[in-house]
Amino acid sequence: MSLMEKHAIFEKNSIVLLLGIVIMIAIGGLVEVVPLFYLKSTIEKVEGMRPYTPLELAGRNIYIREGCYNCHSQMIRPMRDEIERYGHFSLAAESMYDHPFQWGSKRNGPDLARVGNKYSDKWHVEHMINPRAVVPDSIMPGYPFLAKTELDTRHLADVVKTNALVGVPYTEDQIANVAVDVAAQKNPDDKNVDAFLKRYPKSVARDFSGQPGKLTELDAVVAYLQVLGTLVDFSLYDDKANLR
Amino acid sequence: MAQQELDHLSGQTTTGHEWDGLKELNTPLPKWWLYVFYACIVWSIGYYFVYPSWPLISGYTSGIVGAQMRSGALADYDNGVKARLANAAGLAEAPLEKIKSTPAYLEFAMANGKAAFGDNCAPCHGSGATGGPGFPNLQDDDWLWGGKLADIYQTLRFGIRSGHKDARDSQMPAFGKDAVLKKEEIAQVADFVVSLSDPAAKGAGVDAGKKLFADNCAACHGDDGKGNQEFGAPNLTDKIWLYGAGKDKIIAQVTEPKHGVMPAWEGRLDPITIKSLAVYVHSLGGGK
Ligand code: HEC
Ligand code: HEC
Ligand code: HEC
Repeated sequence: MSLMEKHAIFEKNSIVLLLGIVIMIAIGGLVEVVPLFYLKSTIEKVEGMRPYTPLELAGRNIYIREGCYNCHSQMIRPMRDEIERYGHFSLAAESMYDHPFQWGSKRNGPDLARVGNKYSDKWHVEHMINPRAVVPDSIMPGYPFLAKTELDTRHLADVVKTNALVGVPYTEDQIANVAVDVAAQKNPDDKNVDAFLKRYPKSVARDFSGQPGKLTELDAVVAYLQVLGTLVDFSLYDDKANLR
Repeated sequence: MAQQELDHLSGQTTTGHEWDGLKELNTPLPKWWLYVFYACIVWSIGYYFVYPSWPLISGYTSGIVGAQMRSGALADYDNGVKARLANAAGLAEAPLEKIKSTPAYLEFAMANGKAAFGDNCAPCHGSGATGGPGFPNLQDDDWLWGGKLADIYQTLRFGIRSGHKDARDSQMPAFGKDAVLKKEEIAQVADFVVSLSDPAAKGAGVDAGKKLFADNCAACHGDDGKGNQEFGAPNLTDKIWLYGAGKDKIIAQVTEPKHGVMPAWEGRLDPITIKSLAVYVHSLGGGK
């Protein structure tokens, strides 16, 4: 019997064919995916990354809920024109605490990977409520309801715990103080601000939405946007050490 | 090999499969297709050697040409900057005045500044740099923090109330919210401020407001109300308003002031681009 004829066994038995397909795809998957888990170069060593604060995390969930990723990517590709427009290309380490990551695949609007600190809070507030107020020919939809909707913090502790479960290094202290930290990040005069800043270095406590005493979804979204791409200090980052 | 049945009409053998009396022909793949297929296999083997491909225990096979997206992009970027600077070599070190006075430098700075302005500044200052409520017009010669090249350069590098340690910073007191002035007094001083740019307007509080202004406001806005660029205190005698014209707007500002925030650009934009932007903004019409 020639090899060709042995092949008939796949053609005549659908279960055997199915098994064959599964094995073939598994090989591709193993070779492509498994090394990413053990190769050290997959995620570069960088200084400064920290898990999202609870308020930023809430903003991230709203970002996902509203489908912002349908129009915005968070992935600056290693190409000259992207570096010129958006800054240093994105590092794997910069989204290592994102579950799921927001790299996106479509850019109706600009990439947001480094939008943090690019604008003032006030600009973001005006822009989120009505993009045309600041960018006259914008096609981005307005999200005025975010400014009116109080942030629902009931499940935030669970969200933080869930992230910890999938590997984000939240400490016991951070998990125990979710509600405290949300309140502290919104209000710079809060008595817990110092403890909050200690738990989350490189974060800021301020009234993101400009509505004192009223914690809205807009606070969370602006806090999230303002941290994007700001954690890694590229003046200290060694590009040569992490080329691959 | 089992006996193969020949189909007499086409001259091909059949596969032996039969459905409702119809037999499947065993037509071979076209030759060209088969050779392309083999060529692809050979190509893929070559690819393994030339480009990065197989994962290993502690790294990967990097291939003969050592292709690298990251270093490639960084090199591309550097070469791009160099190529653009070809006619303007030395610009990076040149003082701002020299850039302004050297045609080749100026041409580069204007083109570079215009592009960077569109990407980074237009969302706040408008695509024509004419500003909007809360965002100053950069076309005119009315400056909050100074319109000399060096002033603009400093504003760009460190920003205004940006949180950067060298940022330009100042706070107008909240005269109403913190109960420094009474409601009537605020109305009076507002009448006076209106009269500064519109002498015809004779609000009821102008005279009382004049004294209040001297006591409370002149330290920053100047005795004559012409402002002070050291504190970014606007000139109140012209008809150019950051937060809108009219008594109501002035009362609002004195009661609970707004404070403009402009991000710092050092570290975000490269030094050549920041210099280019300073020259570009200075050249928009209002540079001193
Ligand atoms: C229909 C597509 C669309 C959706 C959905 C969308 N945007 Fe946008 N966005 C745009 C476009 C187009 C621009 C560029 C024009 C502008 O600045 O408004 C933009 C600009 C922005 C910018 C400014 C970026 C920069 O660097 O100038 C931010 C921040 C932003 N969007 C945030 C969001 C957030 C947050 C959401 C979800 C709540 C969202 N966008 C949803 C299309 C979209
Ligand atoms: C987030 C919005 C925002 C962005 C983006 C922004 N600016 Fe500004 N800019 C402001 C505000 C607000 C002020 C006024 C601050 C104040 O009230 O003192 C200002 C002030 C200035 C001034 C000082 C004007 C004066 O009268 O002294 C200059 C110059 C300037 N901006 C240039 C730029 C350039 C160039 C860029 C782009 C690299 C830029 N700005 C990007 C918001 C912005
Ligand atoms: C500590 C300095 C300081 C004092 C004192 C001060 N101001 Fe101001 N004022 C500022 C600054 C700085 C701004 C600009 C805010 C900005 O750029 O966002 C400003 C802005 C204003 C504006 C808005 C101008 C515009 O173009 O829209 C008005 C009106 C004004 N001040 C009136 C007053 C009056 C009236 C008083 C006294 C009761 C006063 N200020 C006292 C610093 C001061």
